[in-house]
Amino acid sequence: MPIKYPSARAGLDGVSGETATPRTPAKVGVNPEGSEVSGLDALELGPQTDRGTLGRRIWRNTWPKLMAIAIVVLLWQIVVWSKWKPDYVLPGPGTVFGDLGDVLKTGDFWDGVLLTLRRAVTGFGLAVLIGTVVGAAVSRFAPLRAAIGSLITGLQTMPSIMWFPLAILLFQISESAIMFVVIIGAAPSVANGLISGIDYVPRTWLRVGQVLGMKGFAKYRHLILPASLPSFISGLKQGWAFSWRSLMAGELLVIVPGALSIGVRMQQARDLSDSSLVICYIIVVLVIGIFIDVLFNAADNALRKRWGLTGS
Amino acid sequence: MSLVETQTPRPVTGRGDAVVRLENVSKQYGSGSNALLALDRISLTVRQGEFVCLLGASGCGKSTLLSLVAGLDKITGGTLDIGGRHVSLMFQEAALFPWLSVAGNVELPLRLQGVGKAERRKRAEELLEIVRLSGFGHKRPHELSGGMRQRVALARALAQNADILLMDEPFGALDAMTRDILHDELERIWREQKLTVLFVTHNVREAVRLGDRVILLSSRPGKVIEDYPITHERPRRIDSPEVSGQAAEITDRLRAEVARHAN
Repeated sequence: MPIKYPSARAGLDGVSGETATPRTPAKVGVNPEGSEVSGLDALELGPQTDRGTLGRRIWRNTWPKLMAIAIVVLLWQIVVWSKWKPDYVLPGPGTVFGDLGDVLKTGDFWDGVLLTLRRAVTGFGLAVLIGTVVGAAVSRFAPLRAAIGSLITGLQTMPSIMWFPLAILLFQISESAIMFVVIIGAAPSVANGLISGIDYVPRTWLRVGQVLGMKGFAKYRHLILPASLPSFISGLKQGWAFSWRSLMAGELLVIVPGALSIGVRMQQARDLSDSSLVICYIIVVLVIGIFIDVLFNAADNALRKRWGLTGS
Repeated sequence: MSLVETQTPRPVTGRGDAVVRLENVSKQYGSGSNALLALDRISLTVRQGEFVCLLGASGCGKSTLLSLVAGLDKITGGTLDIGGRHVSLMFQEAALFPWLSVAGNVELPLRLQGVGKAERRKRAEELLEIVRLSGFGHKRPHELSGGMRQRVALARALAQNADILLMDEPFGALDAMTRDILHDELERIWREQKLTVLFVTHNVREAVRLGDRVILLSSRPGKVIEDYPITHERPRRIDSPEVSGQAAEITDRLRAEVARHAN
């Protein structure tokens, strides 16, 4: 793409404001009216890249995914055709997608999804709250960090299913037992994200804060917290993954009477030896997980773009 | 800087009064056998409205000296007196905050001083105009070029409304052309805003181009070895014969100093 750059000399003249040189903002990045920046600066700003229409962008991102799904479904069908297992144990994609279509049409199913999501959001929300408070406290007070810093990382590696026996003893078969495990699964990730974000605030920014006379609360409000945001968001993302996993384990193990969540429905399908329905629920859980992950990625990407952390 | 501090009346100074006074200032890091003497009995006076360049090879403690004047570090000997004046400091990196827009970065010092929103916005606009970046306030720092980012950093430093502007190799990471342009800009802003500047550099020509005085420091430990008054008429050009001539003279002196250490 041929781009007409203003000459370097034009930049010198433009900036020193002695001679008015006609500028060529044609394709050269940003150049608002009234600014005196041209020449080298304008050159460095670079041209705006043409990324195609929205439709094309979506298509470019979508077709590899569709292809991957098609390949998985095909492999699955091949296994079914090979008669490795009888049809009632491993049904083919046709049967499963047919059943899935039927399930999606029932209001019952959506009540289950709603119940599960409500649990997930509540548990994750509480985990974020607790994780943030603990993370902030640990990064603020050195003795606290020495005391429980490594414990937090340890908790993160603990498989959440290990907590259920204790949770059931403490809270019986109840929502609280599930919440307990969801929170203890997710909060350490959130706390760790915040702690590492605060630890790795660039030194130059800290010096600027010092020069600007930031102290105490103002330093946190205007420097430390915003600077640790990217790391905090990855902590949130990881925390969500842990809470979702814990929740699914919880719904299979802790069956609260009357609460027909996704996990409970899946367990019922297993009790009825309905493989097709079990696979349906696996797909539903997977799709929800992917959907939420996409949301987190979108937030992460938006932040990176705003901060200029992407390769332009 | 607390709100209370900024509201205390500033010392009234006319042009020519000493605003920074160092007498036999020493800075030592560590103690005992591990002690490292970074600065050795530095005496130096900067007057109101003066542009003073500190010049020296790397390791001569130039940046340390600025940190001491800025109050980021404590002296270990002698006296340092800035008469309670406010200082602002600019670094080699613009170090703008990416979560704020360009205008937001410039407004930050005002925000910390408790200046109201409308007033802040107006002031930031004026400052961006001073550094010739009006119309860029809504941009993000990463959307600007290196030279433009340094202009924003200068606007942010000016927003502190300090009595003394300390600059630590502020143009060191820029290409020669951009640096040349920014020299012109800085000279203009210094003159228009009647700033007092203490400017650290290892670039001899830059020092002669900008300074009223060039103070040459020796290395390890840093010590003042020469104080050159620069009297060439302003505005100067970095490639003018006068600037080049004097720079050559100072370079020779600096070389002799570096060679003394190499042996």
